[in-house]
This record gives sequence, structure tokens and C-alpha cells, in this order.
Amino acid sequence: MSPSPEAIGVAAILFVVIAAYALFGGADFGGGIWDLQAGGPARGAAPRRLIDDAITPVWEANHVWLVFILVLLWTAFPPAFAAIMTALFVPLSLSLLGIVLRGVGFAFRHTAQRLRMEELTGATFAAASLITPFFMGTVVAAVATGRVPAHPAGNILAAWTSPTAILTGFLFVAACAYISAIYLVLEARQRGNRDLMRYFSRRATAAGLLTGALAGGTFAEMSVSAPHVYARLTGIALPLVAISIAAGIAVLGMLWLRWYHAVALRATAAIAVATVVFGWGLAQYPYLLPTSLTLAAGSAPTAALIAEFVVAGLAVLLVAPGFALLYYLQQRHMLTAADTDADLRLAARLEPAVSGRASAAAAPAPARITTAVVLAVLTIKAIRDLFRRR
Amino acid sequence: MGAMAHVLAMSPVPARSQMGSSLGFHIILACFGIAFAAVIMIAEWIGIRRGDAAALLLARRWSKVMAVLVAVGAVSGTVLSYEMGLLWPGLMGRFGAAIGFPFSLEGIFFFLEAIFVGIYLYGWRRLPPWVHWWSGMPIVVFGLLGATSVVAANSWMNSPAGFTLSHGKITKVDPVSVFFNASTPYETTHMILAAYMVAGFLIAGVYAVGLLRGRRDRYHRLGFAIPFTVAGIAAPLQVMMGDIIARYVEHNQPVKFAAMEYVPKTTGEVPEWIGGIFVNGHVYLGAAIPAFDSILVGFSSHTRVIGWDTVPAAFRPPLVTLIHLSFDLMVGIGFFLLALAAWQAWYWWFHRRLLTTAWFLVPSAVSGVAAVAAMESGWVVTEVGRQPWIVYRVLLVSNAVTPATGVSVTLGVVLVLYGILTAVSIGVPVIMSRRWRRETSAEEDAEQVPYGPSPARGGVSPAGPEAR
Repeated sequence: MSPSPEAIGVAAILFVVIAAYALFGGADFGGGIWDLQAGGPARGAAPRRLIDDAITPVWEANHVWLVFILVLLWTAFPPAFAAIMTALFVPLSLSLLGIVLRGVGFAFRHTAQRLRMEELTGATFAAASLITPFFMGTVVAAVATGRVPAHPAGNILAAWTSPTAILTGFLFVAACAYISAIYLVLEARQRGNRDLMRYFSRRATAAGLLTGALAGGTFAEMSVSAPHVYARLTGIALPLVAISIAAGIAVLGMLWLRWYHAVALRATAAIAVATVVFGWGLAQYPYLLPTSLTLAAGSAPTAALIAEFVVAGLAVLLVAPGFALLYYLQQRHMLTAADTDADLRLAARLEPAVSGRASAAAAPAPARITTAVVLAVLTIKAIRDLFRRR
Repeated sequence: MGAMAHVLAMSPVPARSQMGSSLGFHIILACFGIAFAAVIMIAEWIGIRRGDAAALLLARRWSKVMAVLVAVGAVSGTVLSYEMGLLWPGLMGRFGAAIGFPFSLEGIFFFLEAIFVGIYLYGWRRLPPWVHWWSGMPIVVFGLLGATSVVAANSWMNSPAGFTLSHGKITKVDPVSVFFNASTPYETTHMILAAYMVAGFLIAGVYAVGLLRGRRDRYHRLGFAIPFTVAGIAAPLQVMMGDIIARYVEHNQPVKFAAMEYVPKTTGEVPEWIGGIFVNGHVYLGAAIPAFDSILVGFSSHTRVIGWDTVPAAFRPPLVTLIHLSFDLMVGIGFFLLALAAWQAWYWWFHRRLLTTAWFLVPSAVSGVAAVAAMESGWVVTEVGRQPWIVYRVLLVSNAVTPATGVSVTLGVVLVLYGILTAVSIGVPVIMSRRWRRETSAEEDAEQVPYGPSPARGGVSPAGPEAR
């Protein structure tokens, strides 16, 4: 039985959302990794400030991408969702722990600066940035290596502690650091800060090389541990793998040549990551869980799949323009002549502390009393009627 | 039956506790996501319309607090999405295709809400006043739509509809019927009104404390009056809706209603118990109003009310005492808040002024906490009252809970983390308000919040003289 076109379509949307999360969420977590190794308060102040400024606008999106991944998975492929959530209970809970820590740090950030709790929030940010990508990597590897059965009887420790899974965990951490460093190079360039450009360029190169090495290692491991995925990665998905490698090398070349083109560099780095995600998706086909649950067997009824298309359409129609407006406003630096908080505070204090204008609108006292009496009588009558019936 | 073997094999109590505490925490933040924007819109409207600086300052400061709360809410919302799978794979694996649609919509609406929170914060001094006011309206609308979507998912668990089962597997789904199931109109209205009451009374409570401490300027009076009015308008509507919903529950989920009202046997002349503990078929320490439950249900003392004897013991909700007392607490607080709002309305009618006596302000200061208690009790009634079903009369909780070990551990971690999140969501606004009273205006202008513009891109304004 081959999967329906709707199922393939929703699976494609799912992988687009996963790629978006890898890029935006990855940049966020990578920021935490660079924050971690930026050094002492004095030395690390400049890079930390850049990381702080660059991350705020994309932070929200990360959560929404993640929630969409979960919701798409449970609506369109419920059995796979249930199996993954059961078998990989432990690494998923740990990745969730990282997400909560990240959120606490984010909400507390600016307040904390004044409370001298900077170091504590910095530590939670850094911990989250290591924990979440690492355990998400183990989850992805556990699925790809076929260690998640369709009907797990409980959590499976061996599924996410295999050498492939551990390697993938490290690969995810390195990839986050890599994608984040690239963005930060461009953020530094936009602000005209040459020191930070060089600073993050060096780090992007190092992280890029490490990511490449870890990817190679994982790939080699998979020839043994994930025969189905490996066979398709070297078969039908080979072009995507090749593009990813080429894009990765191209990014390293641009960094070496110091050609920091805002669009070209960002796009090439994004392609290097996104093609791997799509390659993984293509390599899993026709399985949701290789090799125990196929796409055809694990898909929801057609109407549920179509509903997800509608939701995706709504997202494109409503969310994209809203997001564009937000970015537009962020880019506009000019201020209107509107009052500042300072003006408002001044004006508010000058306001006399008596209730002014209100009595002007009041009805004459006899009319008010009459209305009140009528209302009271009606209410009492209603209550009495209620009891009289028995 | 097979289900009973499962009940013995796996205890869903840790999973239920974890879900309950996560939801119980998130729902408070969600109230602000739903209703805070409306309160801010009213303040800004007064500010622009009457050139009232105090109202504008309130709106601007409230919007910063809202941003912090929405940021924390995004985190606890993500936790809930995970927990749907981590704790209830038996539900999601079987019914994900049905229950997934309202959740998908909720995702969209929350995304839009967060985007417009960002736009609203960025726009404070960048957009013309009325354009800026309109840029905040989508937060109100998407907040309502998001609340409707996610409560519709819960309603579906109470009155499942829109799917066809064959051999325990869903073969057909009608997403529209899933969304608009029989309980949706009741539950969503009840929750949205609750959100307006919780947010309104909580915010008003903050300024009631300020008024009690002698800060009786226009800033504090408006800060109290606007949210109190919003919540005060919602209160009578909520009491009315509650009465209608109770009758609907009696019709739709009679066993849940029986637990709410201590009705062990189906009879007429059913008394209305106020308080009381149910032990071994007797109610102790409670006051009974003869036949009043029958009157409330069918407007006649002869109305027969269905008791929980109509279903086998295994399908009756546990902890009837908890369900009944939670219900009584919710109703009691509802009437208390209604009385508080009516008192102020009465006084306003005759004197056109705020009540400033401590007899009114002290209860008002705690009205927000009371509203939270009422809402939490309401959720206890609807959730514990549905037990042992997770999908009413379709799927048992014990068949939905995860077979994975370690839920007791994650429960402990979740409780600790939510302690921290609670500290953040209360602590950050408290710290902000202290700063507002202490700092110069220039520093307030440069203040950073989640979603807000960074100071590098904002302007620096001349510092105004400080009265306080």
C-alpha cells in the first residue's frame, strides 16, 4: 500500500517546519554556546551583547516552530507520535527541561542584569543550549536508526544511547554553534563592528569544520546502525547530501575570503543545514519509523490531513504578513513626536487628584433613586417567585 | 473487562498530577494572554481620547508586563504540547487525528498574538496614536480565538464528536464537528469570562493595595477602575453562564453532575448540599437545602436528578468530596465577586466615585487570588469529574497513560520548575513596578522587555523631574 498524496504533502510540510526550527532554534541555542565560551565578564561583554541583541526577535518563533512540529506529528501521524513519545520519554523530557530553562533565562534577562543575577541566567542559557540540541539529536538518531518500534512497551534506553545517537547529539550541538556564528558574523557586520566580525568568523570556521567532521563520523556509523536510511542517503537522497557538503564548503570558503555577503552567506549556510534535514526525510521514506511503521499505515484519515493543509495555508496567509510587519517596524529607527514615558509621568503627576468630569454626566438624584428602587423591587419579586413555585 | 487489567497494571496518578499542575499553572498565564490586552486597550483608548497621561502611562507599563507574561506562557504552553505526548501517548496515538485540529489552530492564533504583542510594543513611540491602538486589537481578537480553539479541544474530551471508529482505530474525521462539539459553546464562554475575571481582578488587586497604602492619585484610581470594571462586567455574566452550564452538564455528563451535587441515587426532591464531606454514603458537616437541587435542574422539586448509581462503580469519578467542595468553592467565590462588583456599581451609580473604604479595598485586593482559586476549582470539577474517562465514554485514562517509567521523577522536576516560573511571573512585574517608582523617566524609556525594542535602536529622551 503506497501512502496517499495528502500524507506525503503533510510529511513535506513537517520537514519544512523541522528545517525552520533547526535554523531559527539552532541559532538561538548556538548563541547560548558562544555565550558560554565568551570568557569573563569584561572580555565577553561585547560578544554577549551582540548575542543578546540578535536573538530577541527570533526567540518567539522557535517555540512556535517546535509546537507546530509536535502538533503536525500528532495530528497527521498519531501512531508514530505516540511511539516516539513513549520510547524516547527520557531524552525528550531532558530536551524539554532545556527549553524551560531557556525560557526562564529569556523572561528574566533584563531584570536580572540589575539584580546581579547575570551569571545565573547566563548559566541557564548555556546549559539549555547544550542540553536541548544534544537530546534532540539523540531522538532523531533513535528514529533514523530504527530503534523505535511501532508499539513500544515502555521507554527504551538503548534506542538513544547507541554510538550513532550520541554522535548525532554532538553533531546537533556543533551545528547550532555553526549556524549561530554565521548569523552573528552578519549581525556584527550590520552594526559595523569589525572586531566582532573577525571574532565570530573564526568561531564559525571552527564550528563548521567540527560539524563536518561529526557529520562524516555519524554518516559512517549509520552504514552499520541504520541500513535503510544509509542506503537511501547514498541512493536517491545523494544529490541532497552532495548539495549540503558543497554548501558547507562554500560557506567555509566565503569565511576564509572574508566575503561576508548578507544574503549569500546566510542562504548558503541555511542550505547546508536544510538539505540535510530534507535528505533525512527522503531517506526515511516510505517509513515513519524505519522499518516498523510505514507512512501509509501511520497516517491519519484524509480529512485530518487536509485540515492541516488549511492550517498551513492560514499560517502562510496570516502569519507571514504579520511577521513581515514586525520586522519592518524593527528596521525603522525613526521615532515619531509621540510622548515619551518621561512626558507622561510629568503630565500624570500634574493632574489634580480629584474626580473631575464624572459628576457632569450623572443623572439627577431623584431619577437615580427611582430607578434603583424599581430595580430592587423587581429583583426581590423575581427571587420570591422562584421560591413560591415549590 | 480488559480495561480493568490496565487499571491495576498502571497507575495514572503521577501523570495526572503532572498534567494537572502544568495546566493549573499555564491557565493563569493564559488568562493574561486572553484578557490583559483588552484591559490595556481600554486604558489606551481613554488615554488618547481624553488626552489622559495617567491612562497612557498605565497602558504602556501594562503592555510591558503583558510581554513578560506572554513569554513565560509560551514556555509553559510548549511544555503542555510535549506532555500531551509524553504523558498520554494512548490518547494521542488513537485520537491525535481528531483532537489535533483545534490544537493546530491554537498554534496559529498564538503565533499571531505573539507577533502583535511585538508590534504593539515596538509601536509605542513609532506609530501614530490611533494606528497604534488598532495594532493592539489583533492581540484581543487572536487571544479570544486561541482560547476558543484550545478549550474546544478540552470540550471534545467531554463530548467527543466528529470521528468514526472501526476496530478501535479512527477511520474518518470531520475536523469541523470536532471543533464545534456539543460542549464547545458552553466551555469556551465559561473560560473566556473566567479569563477576563481572573486578569481583571488580579490587576485591580495590585492597585487596590496601592490605594490602601494611600496612593490615591489618578494613576492608581484608573489602574484600579479599568480592570475592576472589566472583571465586574464579566462577573454577573459568568454567574448566569454557570447556572446554564450546570444544567447542561446534568444533561450531558449526569455522573459528573451527580458527583458535583452529591446525588448517589436517581430520585426527585434532591437536596442541594452546601459544603459537606461524603463518607460511606453519608454527607457530614454539610447544610442541605431540601429539594433545591431538583429546582435548580428542572425548576420543580419533583425533577428527577440522575445519580451515580446509574453507572458501574468502576466508571464513577473518584474523590466526590473534592469535586463537590471544588464546585461549591467556585460558586461561592463567583457570588462573592459578583457582590463586590455590585457594591461598586451601586456606589458609582449614586456618587460617581470609587469606593475607597478599606471594607471594599481589602476584599478587592484579594479578589484576584479568589478568582484564580475559583477558576482552578472549576478545572478540578471538569477534569476530576470526567474520570475515569480521558475521552468521555470512549477512552479510559488508564488506557491513555504512558507505559514509560519515570513519570514520578518528571513530576518532581516539573513542580520545581513551575515554582521557578511562578517566581519569574510574579517577581519580574514586582521588580519592574519598584523600578518605575524609583528610577528616572529616561531609564524607564530605555527599559527592555521580551519582544520589546532594544535601546540601541530607540531614542534617548530628556529626563523629566521626578515627583516620587
